[in-house]
Amino acid sequence: MSAPILRVVGKASLALGLPVALLAAWWIASAGSANFYFPPLQTIAQTFVEVWVSPRIFDDVVPSLGRLAAGYFGAVALGLVIGIPIGLSRTLRNMLEPVLEFLRAIPPPALVPILILFAGIGDTMKTLVIVSGCIWPVLLNTVEGVRGRDEVLEDVVRCYRIGRLARLWHFVIPSASPQMFTGMRQALSIGIILMVISEMFAASNGLGFAIIQFERSFAVAEMWTGIIMLGLIGILLSQIFRLVERRMLGWYHGLRQSQRVGG
Amino acid sequence: MSADNSASTSAAATLDVVGLRKVYAGVGRTVEAIRDLTFTVNTGELVCIVGPSGAGKTTLLKCIAGLLPPSGGKVMLDGEPVSGPPPAMAVVFQEYGRSLFPWMTVRQNIELPLKQKHLPAARRQQLVGDALAAVDLADAHAAYPWQLSGGMQQRVAIARAVAYEPHVLLMDEPFAAVDAQTRADLEDLIRLLWHRLKVTVLFVTHDIDEAVYLGERVLILSHAPTEVLEDVTIDLPDARSQLETRSLPRFGELRKHVYAQIQLAKQGWRPPAERKA
Amino acid sequence: MGNSQRTSGSGLRAIHLVWLQASIGLIGFAAVLELAPRLGLVSPRFLPPFSTIAVALANEIQQPNFWAALAFTLRSWVIGLTISVVAGASLGILIGSSALLQAVTRSTIEFLRPIPSVALIPVAILLFGTTLQSNLVLVIYASFWQVLIQVLSGVQDVDPVARETAQSYRFGHWALIRHVIWPTTLPYLMTGIRLAASVALILAITAELTIGTPGLGRELSLAQSGGAVAVMYAYLIVMGLIGVLVNVVARRLERSVMPWHPSLRADEPA
Repeated sequence: MSAPILRVVGKASLALGLPVALLAAWWIASAGSANFYFPPLQTIAQTFVEVWVSPRIFDDVVPSLGRLAAGYFGAVALGLVIGIPIGLSRTLRNMLEPVLEFLRAIPPPALVPILILFAGIGDTMKTLVIVSGCIWPVLLNTVEGVRGRDEVLEDVVRCYRIGRLARLWHFVIPSASPQMFTGMRQALSIGIILMVISEMFAASNGLGFAIIQFERSFAVAEMWTGIIMLGLIGILLSQIFRLVERRMLGWYHGLRQSQRVGG
Repeated sequence: MSADNSASTSAAATLDVVGLRKVYAGVGRTVEAIRDLTFTVNTGELVCIVGPSGAGKTTLLKCIAGLLPPSGGKVMLDGEPVSGPPPAMAVVFQEYGRSLFPWMTVRQNIELPLKQKHLPAARRQQLVGDALAAVDLADAHAAYPWQLSGGMQQRVAIARAVAYEPHVLLMDEPFAAVDAQTRADLEDLIRLLWHRLKVTVLFVTHDIDEAVYLGERVLILSHAPTEVLEDVTIDLPDARSQLETRSLPRFGELRKHVYAQIQLAKQGWRPPAERKA
Repeated sequence: MGNSQRTSGSGLRAIHLVWLQASIGLIGFAAVLELAPRLGLVSPRFLPPFSTIAVALANEIQQPNFWAALAFTLRSWVIGLTISVVAGASLGILIGSSALLQAVTRSTIEFLRPIPSVALIPVAILLFGTTLQSNLVLVIYASFWQVLIQVLSGVQDVDPVARETAQSYRFGHWALIRHVIWPTTLPYLMTGIRLAASVALILAITAELTIGTPGLGRELSLAQSGGAVAVMYAYLIVMGLIGVLVNVVARRLERSVMPWHPSLRADEPA
């Protein structure tokens, strides 16, 4: 085997080694399991195919993801639009910071009962729940990112008399974008959590709804498959986010790499 | 850079600093950074400013650039008072790494101010291309600033200033953070560009050798509260080279004189009273 | 946003100005909460005026079940946080002190990390019902990752020169950890604790809300079933205040360990 192939194999083994070992251990340890709550992994695997390789994907997963998308992108848009002016104005920041710190400390799931009051138990409520949780990391990180823009660059845009709109587009927003992406990443995790929770409260479809249904009817193996499905979705979305972020923040990664390497 | 670039307006401007004063209000006390600065940089001149540390050189430059409002006195460009960053003035900062947009390529960095001037695309391309050629970075136009060395980044900043076609070029200790060999190259680059563009240049530095090597005149500043200690005319030949010029006896004399003045400035020497009339 | 802003006005006045602006913000917020329902912008059935909520809060505080619920929440929070911090820090330092371990565990951590903690709610319900352990499952799972990730970042931040120097002096494994890895990692650990503290609190309350274990979350649920809207909001305010308090204390703690400002180390992009 040539050196590059060896390297690829080596890397793959390193990456897959522990996960595969853990899965194998789980499989073996649970093989003859009579424990009601922890059926054999083999059973779970079989049930997974039965449950999820079916129209259920469209009946449950798609609506969940749809609500997540609506809530997430809504929150991102709001967070950016509100966060930028606040980041730019010291006065606004001083005035709003305590209020925002307080609002963001309220656990988003706790808002579900309130939002049910306002918006009933339909899709709107679930989307609002997601928005109410996702907006905070985006908003607060945007404020921080905008606020932390470089003073020398600020002098540069002033010296060269760069107009307000151009300043926003070419300076403020790109400068804050790494921090904005941090906020959007945190918001994604929160969004998935809230997507599930909102469905556990009151729903007629959805991944969270399905899992709770299984749990209530003691369909334990099915419940585990739902949990695994949720995990897989979480991983998938996280990877997609990574890819998007790597593309959009290529300059930032290059910059940090060059700073790390040397003076 | 087209040599006959002169449009109807001259390519350079006169800079007048009259009685400039800058006072900072601190916690319970006021700090007089600049007491009284009065000097003129004539059209097309290359003047260097040196002073001891703490002489407020950067403050002075920021006031001239319109980035800081003075507490007293005024700065005038071709007779027009400066009250904010004036058009046709370009600044090159010391922190080259932070003065270029890391999310833009070299070309985009240089082009941005030109877009703000609403120049047509063809003209912009020409200016960017000429500027890059002038600083010898034509190959780097698609690179990102952080992919370049320190000296190259500063050259990009200079190219940006040059492409802007300014009437006054302000440079704030631009080569302080660059290694000695690169610094020598950049100094020669400045003289070359200055000759070619016939632009007014105000060059702030803490390096005495550099000031004498570059300037037609050297303004020596006192310690804070800053005033002009002396205005030294550099009567070295106009064609300067690192090797030749620096070994001239006259260079040594001028350098010694400026050095001695700086030492006095550090000890708190102030300009003679009658100069302030 | 010029430099002149920073230097105008005496230091004392600047602080007063900030407090004034902050107060204006808070008062304005309370005013909006008071007026919006009264003016009919929002239905008072959904959002009672601020004064009504305040009264409900004052009443709740006088009930013993409020304090019992608070104690339950704090108990889950403290126990869960402690376990996560100890586990996260130990595991993080252990993994971080060996390049091999880092390489082997990297993919597993990246796989497990994005799995939402709420996925464990049904499991917790089945296994532990409405007990403390249910809460702990969620709290620990979520906050553990915060600590682990931060500690791993900290270990990676260790100056390679320092590490090599220690190795050339033949420091044993434990000495390496004590003298080289720990000091660099400590600030990151503090950041991890701060993040974990917030997450732990939120998950504790979430667990109470969804599972029904005793605590502030359950009080909120009960208020909802009983249609006591103002009380619901009162509990929201309590949760928010506790969250702010935890955050403020955690930041103080973090700052006391580090002489320099932690500003940008809240979280790093991917």
